[in-house]
Amino acid sequence: MSEYNGEIKKMLIILSKATLENVYAAFVLANGARMEGIEAEIFFTFFGLEAIHKKKLEHLHVATVGNPAMHMPTMLGGLPGMEALATTMMKKEMEKIDMPDIHEFLDIMVASGVKLWACRLAMDMFHYKKEDMYDGLSEVITVGDFYKQGSVLGTHMLFI
Amino acid sequence: MEKEIAGKKINVNEEGYLIDFNQWDQSIGEAIAKENNVDMTPRHWEVVKYLQGEHKNNVPLSIRKIGKSNVIDIKEFYALFPQGPLKISTKIAGIPKPASCL
Repeated sequence: MSEYNGEIKKMLIILSKATLENVYAAFVLANGARMEGIEAEIFFTFFGLEAIHKKKLEHLHVATVGNPAMHMPTMLGGLPGMEALATTMMKKEMEKIDMPDIHEFLDIMVASGVKLWACRLAMDMFHYKKEDMYDGLSEVITVGDFYKQGSVLGTHMLFI
Repeated sequence: MEKEIAGKKINVNEEGYLIDFNQWDQSIGEAIAKENNVDMTPRHWEVVKYLQGEHKNNVPLSIRKIGKSNVIDIKEFYALFPQGPLKISTKIAGIPKPASCL
């Protein structure tokens, strides 16, 4: 009989968005898992791919429209320059708490043993090639391949 | 609470971290390492001593800082303490578990 006691052994995180707050949420969760000795893998799909796209990953923004937690009227959030302003402010705060930028965070995760997967379907849709993506990317895989990574007792899956 | 480690009565918290670093010596570190399935090598001790120094200087520990320490890189840190590098190494070092999420 299994002696599995319910503890988390592996986190599979699906990142489908490339707004700064969502990307950081995924990265902190993956890194935090590794720090606890838990395996972690991220599957980048749809807009989430921008977080590992070489030319785009340095230019991710905070969402100011449709984000009630920004505490600003939605119409104001849509004004030119608002997203850039909010992004600059958030990046400053992140630096204060010793949060690495996206590229450094990817490096930390790869060194920590986090596996990074890109979704084949989304890659095809956006016409991205593997060479366009961050060098630490493990592989471009299908959803089926990704599910196989979860065939370990104690695997949890999270969609962001 | 009190726990017997390496034949001595030691004050630890619920997670097994030493409360008073003055109670620490190498045999305590060795015993905690064994309990956590870590076979200590000179390299392990080098890292543990470095962490103790940082703690003494009140430097908050994070994986990012370790990576920039020039003492050890993140990859090797994980290789030495695969079951949670900062979590296990600080316990062996007799210093508090870092409160940071990074």
